[in-house]
Amino acid sequence: MTITVDDTRAPEAGQPEPLVELRGVSRSFGDQPALRDLDLVAPASRITVLLGPNGAGKTTAIRTITGALEPHAGRVRVFGLDPAIHGAEIRRRCGVVSAKPSLYDLLTGYDNLAYAAQLYGLGRGASADRLIRDSAARFGIDHALDQRAGGYSTGMKTRLALARAVLHGPDLLLFDEPTSGLDPESSLAVLELIREMTATGATVVMCTHLLLEAEGLADLVVVLEDGRCLVAGSPGELTARYWPAAVVRLDAEDPPMLDRLAHTPGVLAYDREDGAAAVVQLDDMARVPDLVRQLALDGVRLTRVEPHSPTLEDLYFAVRGRPRPTAGVVPRDPTPIDNRRLRSGNRVGRRFRDPFSASPEGAR
Amino acid sequence: MTAVTIEDDGAAPGAARARRSMDWNAVRTVARTDLRQLIQARDFWIPMMALGAIFFFVIPTILLLVITRLSNVHIVQQLSTTLEVLPAKAQQAIRGESGQARAAYAMAVYLFAPVAVVVPLTISTAVGAATIVGERERGTGEFLAHSPAGVREIYIGKLIASLAPGYVTTIVGFGVYALIVNLIVGPDVGGWFFPTSQWWVLMLWVVPPFLALTLSLVLRLSARVKSTAAAQQASGLVSLPLIMVAYSQSTGALFGADSVSWVIGAIAWIAAFAGLRRGMRAVTRARLLGVADER
Repeated sequence: MTITVDDTRAPEAGQPEPLVELRGVSRSFGDQPALRDLDLVAPASRITVLLGPNGAGKTTAIRTITGALEPHAGRVRVFGLDPAIHGAEIRRRCGVVSAKPSLYDLLTGYDNLAYAAQLYGLGRGASADRLIRDSAARFGIDHALDQRAGGYSTGMKTRLALARAVLHGPDLLLFDEPTSGLDPESSLAVLELIREMTATGATVVMCTHLLLEAEGLADLVVVLEDGRCLVAGSPGELTARYWPAAVVRLDAEDPPMLDRLAHTPGVLAYDREDGAAAVVQLDDMARVPDLVRQLALDGVRLTRVEPHSPTLEDLYFAVRGRPRPTAGVVPRDPTPIDNRRLRSGNRVGRRFRDPFSASPEGAR
Repeated sequence: MTAVTIEDDGAAPGAARARRSMDWNAVRTVARTDLRQLIQARDFWIPMMALGAIFFFVIPTILLLVITRLSNVHIVQQLSTTLEVLPAKAQQAIRGESGQARAAYAMAVYLFAPVAVVVPLTISTAVGAATIVGERERGTGEFLAHSPAGVREIYIGKLIASLAPGYVTTIVGFGVYALIVNLIVGPDVGGWFFPTSQWWVLMLWVVPPFLALTLSLVLRLSARVKSTAAAQQASGLVSLPLIMVAYSQSTGALFGADSVSWVIGAIAWIAAFAGLRRGMRAVTRARLLGVADER
């Protein structure tokens, strides 16, 4: 058997080849484009979360990664291999959980797992049986293996689908909205299981439109819209890009006494409306204890100190340039905060940042 | 295990395709799992068993008992007259001294031959029509599409799983039918006589390729349509002419010279292989996923 790989790039020195790499990938269904010139890189042993609304191309991206769908244009590499040529080899190293659990309802839980074991080359012997039972036990469905999958609850079906996905010890796990249809408790349990899976060094690509479930899980966030990648990076990087300043909300028994903060070193912006709490942007969140101590020394009786870290949800709406449906501390304007004008009329950015940007470290 | 070299599936147009051997373990796995689901689906196999029982047991038993035990000589004489329209070779082969015995022998050997074709085609068409579109409707097509099994392995596995219920029903029914015929008609024609050599050829050489040919069309339809209901409607339209062809050819195979059965079977096998080869191309991962794969 001769297999020719048409394009094998040597990885740059010290730069490991990403496990999944999509470059300029396009895919249409009829006249409807699903992916448009999509670039996506998922590093090894990390959780990459594809965020986007319905129809953003998340599922198509997952299907393209395994080679279940062929791209109409662009380049796909998974484990350095082209799915169009080495699809079977790639799929053997992948575990997929789709939005619907994709189970055979007439078969028992055991038979569903046994089917996967045989298709993935684990055979039918005692070792396969042990793997099936271990996998079922890991996801807490070992007691229901003899029941038909059609009688499982939605949560149990998802657990069975997860057990099936990891049965063969895949290197790459692809989850397409794995908590779809689950109650909050089951969702949390499933997300915890996904987190545990990466502890073994597996790479995870997960797509979701539920921002809360990606929160704290994602090592890398890729925001998709209309089949395109809007932005990609770690949550920290993206937060720093969109909210370079730390934000803290302060309130006091006599709020006007907080206004002195506007002239305090390290404060990039200060905003307070009559009778309301003050929203302060700092060059570093580490300044908060000093600010509190100084205010206390000045006789300000603080009633609230609330440091605010932008959530993934804030990030998502900021990236997509859409207004957030619920109010938050972080400004809802999609423009990065350092280019925005605060409600007080002060321009955030140069005016406040200049005095400290020259030596931000020294200002601490 | 036979190694067959095939083209890998799912390659992009123009891309170099890896050639790999057919994974017969995957074929067996897909077939076995589909059959296991069929066994679990009692609402499917009970009607199918009833169909086989009606054609191979109930109707033959009633008809043959009526003929062999009939006291109305006029009707038996009419039946004997009808036998004169059979080819001379077939007439010579009819055993029995009395008109009743000759009529019963002729019915047992010639009249029920097409049943051997109709039953497996009906059952297999019903199974095959739902096999691929059913995966899509249940969402399990997603699992198969992401699995390492090649689409050709999935296709052949599903073909076997569709073919087996019909053919096994027919073989079992054939055995039951042979027993009934020998028990009811045998004493009147000088002992056990069934199956005749032509029936063996029919069952082992003529019926299987007609079954495969029909299924090749049905599976193609199942891969293309949007719902199981549509697949069954379309399969009915496709399989009806094939049932008629199989009906006439199997009857002709029994009435004609020995070589006719072999020739009809050979032509059917060639058509079946051509149909299966084309049918394989209809199954793609995109169709398992249920997405339009046309650009």
